[in-house]
Amino acid sequence: MLAAAFALLRRDLQLAWRHPSDLAAGLFFFVIVSSLFPLGVGPETALLQRMAPGVLWVAALLASFLALPRLFAEDHRDGSLEQLALSGLPLPLVVAAKTLAHWLAAGLPLALVSPLLGLQFQLPVDVLGVLLLSLLLGGPALAVVGAIGAALTLGLRGSGMLLALLVLPLYIPVLIFGAGAVDAQLAGLSPMPHLSLLAACTLAGLGLAPLPTAAALRLALE
Amino acid sequence: MPPVMLEARQLTAQRGERLLFANLDLRLARGQALWLKGRNGSGKTTLLRILAGLHQPREGGVYWQTAPLTTGLATTSYLGHRNGLKDDLSPSENLHHACRLQGLAVTETAIEVALAQVGLDPLVQELPCRLLSQGQQRRVALARLLLEQRPLWLLDEPFVGLDDQAVARFLDHLRHHLAQGGLLVLTTHQPLDAASLGVPLAELQLSPQFH
Repeated sequence: MLAAAFALLRRDLQLAWRHPSDLAAGLFFFVIVSSLFPLGVGPETALLQRMAPGVLWVAALLASFLALPRLFAEDHRDGSLEQLALSGLPLPLVVAAKTLAHWLAAGLPLALVSPLLGLQFQLPVDVLGVLLLSLLLGGPALAVVGAIGAALTLGLRGSGMLLALLVLPLYIPVLIFGAGAVDAQLAGLSPMPHLSLLAACTLAGLGLAPLPTAAALRLALE
Repeated sequence: MPPVMLEARQLTAQRGERLLFANLDLRLARGQALWLKGRNGSGKTTLLRILAGLHQPREGGVYWQTAPLTTGLATTSYLGHRNGLKDDLSPSENLHHACRLQGLAVTETAIEVALAQVGLDPLVQELPCRLLSQGQQRRVALARLLLEQRPLWLLDEPFVGLDDQAVARFLDHLRHHLAQGGLLVLTTHQPLDAASLGVPLAELQLSPQFH
């Protein structure tokens, strides 16, 4: 069963790889938006550093949201979702594998480039490390929570706007803990409480989100 | 009388406000075929999807060997209007992934054989599916049925887009499937008779109900 889930993960990564432009779009958005801020507010170090955690986290969050509507939409359109439902693989496992592939393709690159973008805000090296870590820990939470919204809005007209209304409010705790961790490190405090809470969000999401997502997919199939 | 494998009891389904069918009973044993007939919109696809477990009937249930049939049982091959192929993958990649997802270990040779059995031109086997014609894509979807080797085949208009030669070829596979004790429920507007499947072909006429 795990081998089958792994096969699905590989298929989704292969599909993502065939369309690098889709992946690049989110990454590009992240890079551009977070580069515009230093240009807009000027080179004052204190101000940039003060803004950096929030700006970088919001930009990463919106960039990861961009790819979200595609998570199940393609499989729904071409009938693959029906076949996945009939494959014998439990639907929550299908959801978990697809979400993981989605995060690897769309979320992980954002986390990996974030230290470079942080340089533009003149963040010290240790803060860049915490920024990377916070995005690595929080990114999967964004993906699994987003998956619920993506499944609920599957096949609806104008689903993009609805998806934003559903999902973005749920991103708030992740944003607060994520930006909080970077902020704490900047202020010379320990980022650990924030990072622990972020990891807790991710673990809770991984455990709880696939079930409602699978239920929403069943509804979308009807 | 061979034992009944697939049984539907007291199925009631509606689409929107309209009742499609009510208290529908259905039994199918090994090697038996059922042809769902009816006008457009009479509920043939809905019934097939209920039998597959993709759609919940308003009332009633579907049973496989007397246990409730769920999608987790992996008994069913379903071919709907959509082929379930990824546009960006080639036919062989599509089949490879479809089998791996079901935990079937298939070799490249087995996939090539299946694609040859449905008569897919070897020249297009490595092209992305989006470059294939409608009929060629349908052939790939039919090749999936051959590889999955599941007992119950639910086929929704399987012949759409196929040329005469492909239809004849696929009827051979249906005959083979039934001869091996498989079950078949299909809808088609193509004329079929008992001789084309080699077994008595039961028919079920669906007519929309009004109330």
